[in-house]
Amino acid sequence: MSNEEARLLLSGNEAVAQAAVDLGFALGTGYPGTPSTEILENFSLFGGKAQWAPNEKVALEVGLGAAYAGARCLVTMKHVGVNVAADPLFTAAYTGVAGALVLTAADDPGMASSQNEQDTRHYARAAGVPCIEPADSQQAYDALASAVEMSERWQMPVILRLTTRVCHSKTIVRRRQLPKPQTAPHFRRDPQTWVMIPAYARPAHRKLRAKLSEIAQWSETAEINRVEPGRDGGELGIITAGVTTVHCREAAPEATILQLGTTWPLPMKKIRSFADSVKRCLVVEEGDPFLAENLRAAGINVESKDEMYRFGEMSVTRVKRILSGDTSEEFVPPRGKPPALCPGCPHRDVFGLLRDLGCIVSGDIGCYTLGVLPPFQAIDTCVCMGASIGVGLGLRHALPEEEARKVVSVIGDSTFAHSGLTGLMEMIYNPPPTGHLVMILDNGTTAMTGLQEHPGTGRKLDHQPTNRIVFEDVARAMGMANVHVIDPNKDPQGLERMVREALASNELTLIVARRPCILAAGKIKGYEKAIAEGKGDTCNE
Amino acid sequence: MSESAGVVNIVVAGLGGQGVLKASDIMADVAFRSGADVKKSEIHGMAQRGGSVTSDVRYGPQVLSPMVPEGQADYLVVLSQDQVEHNLWRLKSGGVLLEPQPAAPVAGMPAILDEISNKRSINVAMLGMLSVYLDIPQEVWIEAIKANLPEKLHEVNLQAFEQGRRQGEARRQAGR
Repeated sequence: MSNEEARLLLSGNEAVAQAAVDLGFALGTGYPGTPSTEILENFSLFGGKAQWAPNEKVALEVGLGAAYAGARCLVTMKHVGVNVAADPLFTAAYTGVAGALVLTAADDPGMASSQNEQDTRHYARAAGVPCIEPADSQQAYDALASAVEMSERWQMPVILRLTTRVCHSKTIVRRRQLPKPQTAPHFRRDPQTWVMIPAYARPAHRKLRAKLSEIAQWSETAEINRVEPGRDGGELGIITAGVTTVHCREAAPEATILQLGTTWPLPMKKIRSFADSVKRCLVVEEGDPFLAENLRAAGINVESKDEMYRFGEMSVTRVKRILSGDTSEEFVPPRGKPPALCPGCPHRDVFGLLRDLGCIVSGDIGCYTLGVLPPFQAIDTCVCMGASIGVGLGLRHALPEEEARKVVSVIGDSTFAHSGLTGLMEMIYNPPPTGHLVMILDNGTTAMTGLQEHPGTGRKLDHQPTNRIVFEDVARAMGMANVHVIDPNKDPQGLERMVREALASNELTLIVARRPCILAAGKIKGYEKAIAEGKGDTCNE
Repeated sequence: MSESAGVVNIVVAGLGGQGVLKASDIMADVAFRSGADVKKSEIHGMAQRGGSVTSDVRYGPQVLSPMVPEGQADYLVVLSQDQVEHNLWRLKSGGVLLEPQPAAPVAGMPAILDEISNKRSINVAMLGMLSVYLDIPQEVWIEAIKANLPEKLHEVNLQAFEQGRRQGEARRQAGR
């Protein structure tokens, strides 16, 4: 490579994508989710083979298969996506891999664009999967190389944990020569390793724990866990990880800092000797007190942050407060203008109607969750991807008839592809006495995360044509009798008639309200035109 | 190990769709091309849908945290007048506030938002105003603007940049 010295200004997401190209990853797969989305988009732009899966579980399973075949595979998702992928993750830790499998999970402390602020490090510990955390884009680039090294050496999946401020901050990166895969993919028949029946899983669990203790041993001297001296010659020591490291460095130039690049398993000997080497030792971490609790459980005496700092993002100001033991009320910045559904958004037509009809709306995850805010205030529940259908059915089963009749489930097109089918199956299998109405708000894109493709658009991640899943056909094939498709903007009266009829009946109804997202409509036309002219990728902006 | 000595802190604020992130991308690229260490930070996703958006750019010999610390912005660049007030807390005492339609006009000039022909170039016009205060050659700004925008938008944006610069110079001479 001739560009070893070149300085680049990259976001953490771009840096991971660049490293994946430089490491010769064979495949990147995942499901869009802020703040992780741009990793796969950039991997594709930089020349990698990247694809959106219907959801994170499928993505991790595809990644696992590729890694069983001996390839290097990157699987990306946001923190809540790890919940969806948790089932394969826990057993993938047992089977291990033949190639390399890196699960990049992007946490969102402070919930800039999420429904909770869960901490992926708990999954690393619970599943027994190593976890690496970078502080900036250069470290993110290097961390993917470390993750591959660990995944290939111990033949197991590795979690690369990013957070919003790593994903979406641009910092300077220098690429370097990274090792490409040594062998071509090939299937090695080995049922005792790949087939997790109890007889094979019992020794696999012991093997996993043995690997983790080897990794813990390795991490004691690994360069990724670094001590950086401060000015005070060992008075104050801070143990930290991720982007909090640079907040600490800025807030406390006097401190000696131990940055943990591996946050699972932990280099306990190194941490213990660090804690012993300074007069005052403090753990400063964003989110849950994961490090502090694990260090204390190991008998290492450290100070840690007050409970008030579990919530929201860490910052230079907060680190200063933690160091001085300040637990007074924090400054609350004045609120700006809240986000809203765009002018011309097709969801507006649907929410106006549901509000006017006094519906109880079981909502889902996407732009349309903004239907909860004025002027609509037409979303009553929102939990997780796909929950609109199940929660709506539960409401219908439990509520008295008059209220039950008002319940509607609304779900976006990408969210339906992600987790809607099993909810629909439940509705057909266990129909409530008053029936139910599900509305797919199909705007032809994954809008909230930045207009990504999904199986219902008929185009792949790079906007090239592929097979399309037609939701109304699937619903009919599943046995739904009342399936309607309508443009909510062109035919509002028709939509109102359909909704009123469905609510009055005791039947099951699916309405697909289909009209492209106002932000995506022009781009979609461009993709379609390019495909028609046989030059699909010219519109890939 | 250095702290934040010599670091310039800039916060760009506006509404989703106004080009806040594009402005901070260009600003970060300008600092990057000038050879400085630079970090830029913002949040995406739901927060962006038509609501208030801010983006932080920091540059200097060595930048540590990617976020401008509370009340430490040297420059607050606002693209929409209604976004000024709730962002003032970001500005340090004595910091420079650059507004698109200030209440008090500078040296008899119209507000920059009223002066530019294409209102969508307000982000680049505001960068023009900012550029007067920063010690980075004008060519670097022009290179970065060109590199971050499609060619068909170069002319209108370079014009907006120039208009912003003139306003910035007048503003600076007026001691503001």
